[in-house]
Amino acid sequence: MSGGVDSAVAAARAVAAGHEVTGVHLALSMNPSSYRSGARGCCTLEDARDARRAADVIGIPFYVWDLAQRFAADVVDDFVAEYARGNTPNPCLRCNEKIKFAAVLDRAVALGFDAVCTGHHARLVTGAASGAPRLARSVDLAKDQSYVLAVLNRAQLGRAMFPLGDSTKEQVRAEAAERGLAVADKPDSHDICFIADGDTRGFLRSRLGAAPGPIVDHDGRQIGRHEGSFGFTVGQRRGLGLGRPAPDGKPRYVIDIEPVSGTVRVGPAQALDTHDITAVRPVWTGCDPPYDPIEAVVQLRAHGETYPATCWLDGDSLRVRLHSPARGVARGQAAVLYAGELVLGSGTISERLDPKDDGSTLSSH
Amino acid sequence: MANLESVSDRPMSADHPEHSARLEQAPQARRDSGSHVYLDHAATTPMLPEALAAMVSELAQTGNPSSLHNAGRRARRVVEESRERIARVYGARPSEVVFTSGGTEADNLAIKGLYWARQSRRAILATSIEHHAVLDCVSWLGDHQGALVQWLPVDSAGLLSPEVLRAAVERDPGNVALISVMWANNEVGTVQPIDQLAKVASEHGIPFHSDAVQAAGQLPVDLAASGATALTISAHKIGGPVGVGALLLARGEDPVPVLHGGGQERDVRSGTLDAASILAFAVAVELAAERRAEHAKRVSRLRDSLIDRVRAVVPDAILNGPEPGEYRLPGNAHFSFPGCEGDALLMLLDARGICCSTGSACTAGIAQPSHVLLAMGADRSRATGSLRFSLGHTSRQEDVDALGAVLGEVVERARRAGRS
Repeated sequence: MSGGVDSAVAAARAVAAGHEVTGVHLALSMNPSSYRSGARGCCTLEDARDARRAADVIGIPFYVWDLAQRFAADVVDDFVAEYARGNTPNPCLRCNEKIKFAAVLDRAVALGFDAVCTGHHARLVTGAASGAPRLARSVDLAKDQSYVLAVLNRAQLGRAMFPLGDSTKEQVRAEAAERGLAVADKPDSHDICFIADGDTRGFLRSRLGAAPGPIVDHDGRQIGRHEGSFGFTVGQRRGLGLGRPAPDGKPRYVIDIEPVSGTVRVGPAQALDTHDITAVRPVWTGCDPPYDPIEAVVQLRAHGETYPATCWLDGDSLRVRLHSPARGVARGQAAVLYAGELVLGSGTISERLDPKDDGSTLSSH
Repeated sequence: MANLESVSDRPMSADHPEHSARLEQAPQARRDSGSHVYLDHAATTPMLPEALAAMVSELAQTGNPSSLHNAGRRARRVVEESRERIARVYGARPSEVVFTSGGTEADNLAIKGLYWARQSRRAILATSIEHHAVLDCVSWLGDHQGALVQWLPVDSAGLLSPEVLRAAVERDPGNVALISVMWANNEVGTVQPIDQLAKVASEHGIPFHSDAVQAAGQLPVDLAASGATALTISAHKIGGPVGVGALLLARGEDPVPVLHGGGQERDVRSGTLDAASILAFAVAVELAAERRAEHAKRVSRLRDSLIDRVRAVVPDAILNGPEPGEYRLPGNAHFSFPGCEGDALLMLLDARGICCSTGSACTAGIAQPSHVLLAMGADRSRATGSLRFSLGHTSRQEDVDALGAVLGEVVERARRAGRS
């Protein structure tokens, strides 16, 4: 129970379904601030209080579990390390994988609980053949969070509950109001929960220091300098600080970030086109591991577009060949495979192939 | 002496409609609607019916005790008679009783007020096992008000030796503004040799404050007899209401007030006096004193039975603090359970209807190692893997039995959950 409306309604639904429910607020910040300021940040002391009050109204026991140190190590430090490697991480993936459905789940099971229930917008559907639960999109596609849950494995899904998947956000808020939950009108939190002011660049600068370096064009010629490569994301157009337009007059985009030298490579939009992706640490929950190629639809960032693709396992890596190119594919993000609304599996993007004639591979560092 | 226990109501009595239903329920199935077995009397204890009745009847009256007219004087009389009753019990003069909003405020008034009153002296000596209401006050004075703080070490049972205090004082006795040593520790129950410690202080003319919040009601707390300068008492720990307490302050001590205002409590503590709470406080103080010896004996027996049960069911459990005897609070049992986290144990017991604590109520909620256990030389895992069981005037053998019935299984599970 984060103190938000989704987890509050999820808890209420779990009780209504006849389960024996205990509410837990995860204290994840090493230095929690007292007040929630608008939509940024999460897990302030005020959020803890909101969660406690929701538990009171719902009528369930409530505890605070302090996982700040685990969260700092598994999520925050990993986030920083990924940027230092020139990747673009999604910390919600790590949090679900390592904290919510690992540290929390393990502790819960040891204490005698059967499952962890959250307010994520996603559905679990029973597999026709196996009976094992599979992950599917929420009916509210704008709020769907199956992308960040696709990192969970079969065992984790087997002990998960997502009561909100069959409702839209509006329905959830309406239900909260009906149930007398004061959080019905609380704004959703956006961005990264541990960067309360939304200034990711500033956060990374404070953790990694300023690391100035060159900005080079697609042919390797230096055309500018930057103050820290970690401020950039592949596909980024704004904030390059280049001053002069490109010779061809077209907008330039970040194509690649090389962290050791701190080199940021920029180029035209076409240079972002990606046909082939390699992803590591694949997880399969909606199908058997595809040693033979399968057709699927791939999503490459949270709330991103989907692309039809042919996918297959090459040893331990997942290979994805898009039927038409995608732009802004960033290493460190997840590649999630769908069949319709159903999640088949996912992996972490480690390489993308630039469709240049030289077939050069821009791989992870 | 009549068995006065029957007068008191249990938190949930045997004729409560839910009582038998609870007993039949499987241990896991539970709604959060109140506890069956309360073993956290050190956090707070049921209000004595006589105190409650007195409070309710006074709440129906109107009058500000500071007003000069007859309605005010009536209320004032209630306050002054209560003051006399409390003073009598604690070996103080009525003018030595300063009413506050509770133990924390009394501690703040003693520590800050007495430090600020001593212009030229900078050192404060306090034990490393004080309650946060003393600890944090002292730290703050050190960080922000130029105090030179010295934390007095305790031994592995939590005891401060008078020789250690003497050595610390005699390093620079002319510079010590104040000494503060709690009478009995709220976590592990250690009872300090207060009269010997107060003597060291008085030999050097240094004010000696003792937080007697846990001791009152279980031990013979007496301002004059102890030789202390100031004692903190809290009503809700002895069967009175939450929200009222007292600083017993020897004549001649003029602390700088923490609360300035209308000048009540001889200009030491301003604020409208809460006549109803103060009356209930006095009733509780008198009854607690009357029953103290019997209560201490009865509760010691129950506590010893609890210790035996815990040791039988969890042989490697470690009793923290002194073995039962004159140096341990009669109602206190505190154990470390190797391989377990305190808050996992607490949650598992809570789910089975048993209320206890991992440390003091104030610091519960987030797993912090107990500063008291750390000061006694325990390592971090022992300091986070503990539970405090505390008995009170409504405690029964059934409470001890109920704990014994589930503790083994609870410790099993908590061990499986391990340490994070």
